Amino acid sequence: MNFIEARKLVHEYIRRDEEGNVEGIDTALDGVDLDIRQGEFIAVLGHNGSGKSTLAKHLNVLLEASGGTLWVDGKDTTKEENLWDIRKNAGMVFQNPDNQIIASVVEEDVAFGPENIGVPTDEIWKRVENSLKSVGMIQYREHSPNKLSGGQKQRVAIAGVMAMEPKCIVLDEPTAMLDPNGRKEVLDAVERLNKEKGVTVILITHYMEEVIRADRVYVMDKGKVVMQGTPRSIFSQVETLKSYRLDVPQITLLAYELRKAGLEIPEGILTRQELVDALCQLY
Amino acid sequence: MSIILDKVNYVYSEKTAYEIHALKDVSLKIEDGEFIGIIGHTGSGKSTLIQHLNGLVKATSGGIYYNGQDIYDEDFNMKELRGKVGLVFQYPEHQLFETTIFADVCFGPLNQGLSKKDAELRAFTALRSVGLPEEYWYQSPFELSGGQKRRVAIAGVLAMKPEVLVLDEPTAGLDPQGRDEILDQVAKMHEELGMTIILVSHSMEDVAKYVDRLIVMNHGSVMLDGTPREVFHYYRELEEVGLAAPQVTYLMHELRKRGIPVDGEATTLEEAKASILKCFQERKNR
Repeated sequence: MNFIEARKLVHEYIRRDEEGNVEGIDTALDGVDLDIRQGEFIAVLGHNGSGKSTLAKHLNVLLEASGGTLWVDGKDTTKEENLWDIRKNAGMVFQNPDNQIIASVVEEDVAFGPENIGVPTDEIWKRVENSLKSVGMIQYREHSPNKLSGGQKQRVAIAGVMAMEPKCIVLDEPTAMLDPNGRKEVLDAVERLNKEKGVTVILITHYMEEVIRADRVYVMDKGKVVMQGTPRSIFSQVETLKSYRLDVPQITLLAYELRKAGLEIPEGILTRQELVDALCQLY
Repeated sequence: MSIILDKVNYVYSEKTAYEIHALKDVSLKIEDGEFIGIIGHTGSGKSTLIQHLNGLVKATSGGIYYNGQDIYDEDFNMKELRGKVGLVFQYPEHQLFETTIFADVCFGPLNQGLSKKDAELRAFTALRSVGLPEEYWYQSPFELSGGQKRRVAIAGVLAMKPEVLVLDEPTAGLDPQGRDEILDQVAKMHEELGMTIILVSHSMEDVAKYVDRLIVMNHGSVMLDGTPREVFHYYRELEEVGLAAPQVTYLMHELRKRGIPVDGEATTLEEAKASILKCFQERKNR
């Protein structure tokens, strides 16, 4: 069995008026199938309101499905007794760094999670140290989180999740509020966790450049998975992506436009280096 | 008409242990009808700078002149200035509060002292110019998508008929198409209404595409000020302060290094495409 498996997952938000009568039903997830292996780096794309965040909240059972099934690490999410195990194994990082930091010292903030799940004290400090090191924030361990930049705060939030030693980390637009530098810091930290520690990463983002680092991409539209594949195969389909209100990285778009204008460049160029090489070969 | 900043300094928490010199001797002249981009890493002073433009924050020293009038003069009408320089903050949709979209947009002009009828007229025009379909106008603003909420928030500022519109990262958190829609709309307003636009952004690609003049802030000072082409020429210096040039600019530099004589200063996709195609065409003709 895969690490995460979803079959026909459905989630409906029910809108009610002041008296509690049903006003309407919005289907945020509409029959989603997922197969994610342990250790994969997955990116989820989709426009605002496509159901990405709802999906993320299912992965650690912050939301309950209205229909279908979802297994995380071989455990059925509909069974109450699995709840704690699943939450422990699927850590979440959200968009706004200021909403996720609770302590007044960085290391205490990171210790909050493991303390909450009953890890012995010696072990907590070991984990705090390791996870702060893995996101490159160890030198700030005794600082106040208030004085950190957005990218640094997000890395502390990630360290806090890592200290719970989850098998999987779900990041819901973790870089939306950061500047280019902060974005790079966070992405580098996430990539390192994936490559070095084998943590399964599920990254929800609007930045096409960040998707290039993933092994596989899911594209969502109106609550359904409408495309899936490697970044290269997804970004080869420029027109289809645009029809889902999405985009491709600027370099990919330039390669696509040059191809349309008659230059024989291969499809699905992702990086600057690839395009430079392709153009030099032609010239 | 113009806004002039003359050696503006701003210090947060002056004479305490937390003193931060957020703006250092900033001197700028912003002409009528310009489309300006401001870039800089977090904490470079961008947001502090724009809050000076409508008097929300008072400079510790230095002067600001709006159309030749000193805004710190005792007789200066600050309330009028706030109507003339409209500020759209980050995540402006968090400031929506009324029961209907139309009422929310009316709030600003009503507060300026306009009659109900005039305010409604302003709201009507503003909602039209942000391109929000009429069928939504009498719904609750909270049921809209992120991009649409942001349009409503921008309309709320537009309804006050500002001469200068300042937008602080108006596209943060929006999907790619939402991003393009908002910026296209802003560019259209600049063109059709002749409004001065000041756009604070983290996206080098966006500023390269839209603005005529780019101001780079670093540690509270103006580091560079020029057209996007001029500014991105200094991409190495920009990298040192945590910024970058658009992706295509890097591509063009690398192509030049590998012996293809493309335009190394191209900053937008269109410029890069035209220049590369031209090079290949010339090669073929030889």
